[in-house]
Amino acid sequence: MQSLDIQNRSATTTSAPQVRQAESPVAKLIDISKCIGCKACQVACMQWNDLRDDIGTNVGVYDNPMDLTDQSWTVMRFSEISKADGSMEWLIRKDGCMHCEDPGCLKACPAPGAIVKYANGIVDFISENCIGCGYCIAGCPFNIPRISDKDNKAYKCSLCSDRVNVGLVPACVKTCPTGAIQFGAKEDMLFRGAKRVNDLKERGFQNAGVYNPQGVGGTHVMYVLQHADKPELYHNLPTDPKISPWVSLWKGIAKPLLALAAGVAVLGAFFHYITRGPKEVDDAKHGG
Amino acid sequence: MTNHWVDIKNTDLILVMGGNAAEAHPCGFKWATEAMEHRKAKLIVVDPRFTRSAALADFYAPIRAGTDIAFLGGVINYLLANGKIHKDYVKAYTNASFLIREEYKHEDGLFSGYNAEKRSYDKASWAYEMGADGYAVVDETLEHPRSVYQLMKAHFSRYTPEMVERICGTPKDKFLKVAEMLGSTSTPDRVGTVLYALGWTQHSHGSENIRTMAMIQLLLGNMGRPGGGVNALRGHANVQGITDQCAYTEVLPGYLSAPTDADENRQKYIEARTPKTLRPNQMNFGQNFAKWHTSQQKAWWGDAATKDNDFAFDYLPKRDGAYDILAIFERMYQGKINGFISQGFNPLAALPNKKKVSAAMSKLKFLVVIEPLRTETSEFWKNFGDENNVKSEDIKTEVIRLPACCFAEDPGTFTNSGRVIQWHWAAAEPPGEGKVDREIIGTLFTKLRAMYAKDGGKAPDPIQKLTWGYINPNHPTAEEILREINGRALVDVVDAKDPTKVLVKAGEQMPGFGLLQADGSTACGNWIYSGVWPQAGNLSMRRDTSDPGNMGNNLMWGFAWPANRRVLYNRANADLAGKPWDPTRPGIRWTGTAWAGIDIPDIAPALGPDSGAGPFIMTGEGVARLFAPGMAEGPFPEHYEPFETPIGTNPLHPKVVSNPAARVFKGDMESFGKSDEFPYVGTTYRLTEHFHFWTKNVQSNAVTQPSPFVEISETLAKMKGIKNGDMVKVRSNRGELKAAAVVTKRIADLECDGKKVYTVGIPIHWGFVGVAKTGYLANNLTPYVADANSQTPEFKAFLVNIEKA
Repeated sequence: MQSLDIQNRSATTTSAPQVRQAESPVAKLIDISKCIGCKACQVACMQWNDLRDDIGTNVGVYDNPMDLTDQSWTVMRFSEISKADGSMEWLIRKDGCMHCEDPGCLKACPAPGAIVKYANGIVDFISENCIGCGYCIAGCPFNIPRISDKDNKAYKCSLCSDRVNVGLVPACVKTCPTGAIQFGAKEDMLFRGAKRVNDLKERGFQNAGVYNPQGVGGTHVMYVLQHADKPELYHNLPTDPKISPWVSLWKGIAKPLLALAAGVAVLGAFFHYITRGPKEVDDAKHGG
Repeated sequence: MTNHWVDIKNTDLILVMGGNAAEAHPCGFKWATEAMEHRKAKLIVVDPRFTRSAALADFYAPIRAGTDIAFLGGVINYLLANGKIHKDYVKAYTNASFLIREEYKHEDGLFSGYNAEKRSYDKASWAYEMGADGYAVVDETLEHPRSVYQLMKAHFSRYTPEMVERICGTPKDKFLKVAEMLGSTSTPDRVGTVLYALGWTQHSHGSENIRTMAMIQLLLGNMGRPGGGVNALRGHANVQGITDQCAYTEVLPGYLSAPTDADENRQKYIEARTPKTLRPNQMNFGQNFAKWHTSQQKAWWGDAATKDNDFAFDYLPKRDGAYDILAIFERMYQGKINGFISQGFNPLAALPNKKKVSAAMSKLKFLVVIEPLRTETSEFWKNFGDENNVKSEDIKTEVIRLPACCFAEDPGTFTNSGRVIQWHWAAAEPPGEGKVDREIIGTLFTKLRAMYAKDGGKAPDPIQKLTWGYINPNHPTAEEILREINGRALVDVVDAKDPTKVLVKAGEQMPGFGLLQADGSTACGNWIYSGVWPQAGNLSMRRDTSDPGNMGNNLMWGFAWPANRRVLYNRANADLAGKPWDPTRPGIRWTGTAWAGIDIPDIAPALGPDSGAGPFIMTGEGVARLFAPGMAEGPFPEHYEPFETPIGTNPLHPKVVSNPAARVFKGDMESFGKSDEFPYVGTTYRLTEHFHFWTKNVQSNAVTQPSPFVEISETLAKMKGIKNGDMVKVRSNRGELKAAAVVTKRIADLECDGKKVYTVGIPIHWGFVGVAKTGYLANNLTPYVADANSQTPEFKAFLVNIEKA
């Protein structure tokens, strides 16, 4: 259970527990050169997490659902690339939370305990604490969290923290038919990534590499890319992701105000509860 | 598969052609990625589309749909012209050295013996020259002008790289690169494999597509070897099982050819199907035909099958013509069939030319649909707007739906593509009124039998006397049936050399097909499955992963037919002296006294290299056939255009354009379109997000691929003013469909015979029932014509036009 030791908690000043020996951080390695874009990971994610997105419509691409939503915590992004010699590449990237070592969402979040980072590196949203302000979206350099229409809370991939906590691999890893998604100690994943990069270089991908961007302190979800020099080819994966300076500003200067604001919010919520009763979701809007 | 799924990891080169393994077989494709990671294997994809398999390929070459024989024929020409063949293998293990009769010839697309009126061949001239000793004549030097080797060389010399480019549209340099990569496996220390599926079968020359590849694998010495073979990736989890057990009328279970009107009695039937030994000292395993067939008759009719009544031979129906599925629906269309029971089958969606299939079903008096879910077939009589615009009041067919169950609600076996029979357990009870299929059929049978008992009828014996010894006659269990398929001894089976030695006691399960008898003393439902349930128990339940040799053969996992053998023809894995061609990749070897190794030898264990017995024991000649007289359209493959051809001619022989031996029903020739009105190549296929027409009933699948679409190239889109995501209408001479356009770089524009050829890709998964967005059946468009040998419809290459809807 030590992986559930919280190392970092949004809008909180109390210190993290330190008694237990820290477990080595974990990571998921997504090897794009082994991914066949079958979307089994999307389905496994839906099934494990009890999510069912709407049945959409084809608008001219294989990406379905078209974007991440509160119900789709991971989606495949398909990019057709023309090469100079007239041939092409079809790059398929599994998109979702990167679980940054230095998570911008957590830094930006004003709601105490709505976003936590465990000792193993997983960044998790604790939904009951979420106030739906959307600051996590502003804080995220990868544009991942989505606010639900249903309950006005933010959602994203949890890296199956509930599974990892009991020694299971995330649902997407378990289901991946080609082993393109691997999970383990970050150190082991970096080693495996380096091996795959060597293989890709032998196959002619001179610029193959592991995507573990340092601008966010490295990530706990990493990619093996055939073209690590051009991450933008993969449906605009950021070349050098960084937390927005506004978030740092917010954390530095506005921090004293934060405590006050949060206190007011809690008090406000308390009075709201006393006077109006618990918030009820407007079911009619989501009926059918 | 001649090999099996796990064995793909042992290869050096994977060709994916006539299939899309990554997309249609994602779980099995992992073995390709294993070979790439751990053996540095290379992956080649040849396809009209840049598929999800191509996304991982080391090399991709485009090809026009329906021209695979031209491409592969070009490869054969390349291999022969450049000496890239495994010569020792070819000489010893194929019929390259055999002489062919003088009368045989091929001229301008027609082989000797053609009858234009019947659209078929008299194959008398496609035969070996026979010597005075009664055996086929061979020339070990391969120099004789009438040797298969020389005839083959001459035949394929027309398939130059330039001709390949002209027919297939594959740029010459890309074709040569593929040929060179394949040629690299001609040395004994390198092995290549090929993974194919419906992209090769669904053509009017589908069987010949596969045969051409088999010839390449033989020339390269890749058959029978770990990491080699010709590997058919089957679509449904158990489609290999239904093929083996035989859900068709043309063959009996275990690929025993079914009798026809010409088979007057058992003796004539068996004689006609027992191959002659064509070379000295060959095993000619097919000579055991009488044992397999007699044991089957005993399994079916028990004590009622006796020597005196020809082992109930007359209880079998005798075919008076073709009864493949297209022939059945043609009869239905002509009003010659009253009733149809459709079980585990959605013919309205699965057969070509939906209009014709719908009209055929409208002529039935009754249609019984046994399915767990509603299907397009069960709802064919209902109007679903443009997607199924029928007049219900005009359809008199009574449709009866019997709710069945899904596979996970019923125990039994699956046989996978690698021929491994695996038991599966029921995970849940069928919901509502759903019943397992065996109970539905069992109850139907006992009722029919009771009606015959009460009312009599024509030929009651085959039904009245059928063996039906199940504990609950209305509901035979899967265990009872698998035991029956395996077979048992009816009296003690004794050693032929020592009759005092009892090999199998009366009533015991047979240990395998080796002891089946032709005298009625053994019963066996399907000889190739014999051994799956011996006296020791149900071997399909085995889940032992031990793997001596680390080659993935896993002999203790389930049971592979035949005889638990994992790689077919594995004698060819070793050289003439019995040593593996590649010692690092051993299959079986000759120990000095017997064949042994990490697989079950595909040859009699004591038949050593000195015996001269060849590795291809199912042929009378003991070797594999580069020249194959059994094929309908010629002993050598020849390129024929699809029946709807975008170039309107055959560059090899303009007078013979399409397969001259493919069957075309009256009226269907007129339903074919021409390229002036329908200039683009239509081709249908599957997507990884869906499974046929089933998963459109499942929300999570529907979320990932929600609604119908077709794929076109950027050039064609521009020409037609179609933007990505626009609704388009695709028409053929038989019907139309509407869908969203996916405009993509992944569909190549080709130039064939001086003409630009554009392709319209049509995924099949939508219909007018289910939770996904509804759509038109793709088979509104497809032509009613099929492969000349297997009668598999030509779904992969036809003509369409497209416009903005």
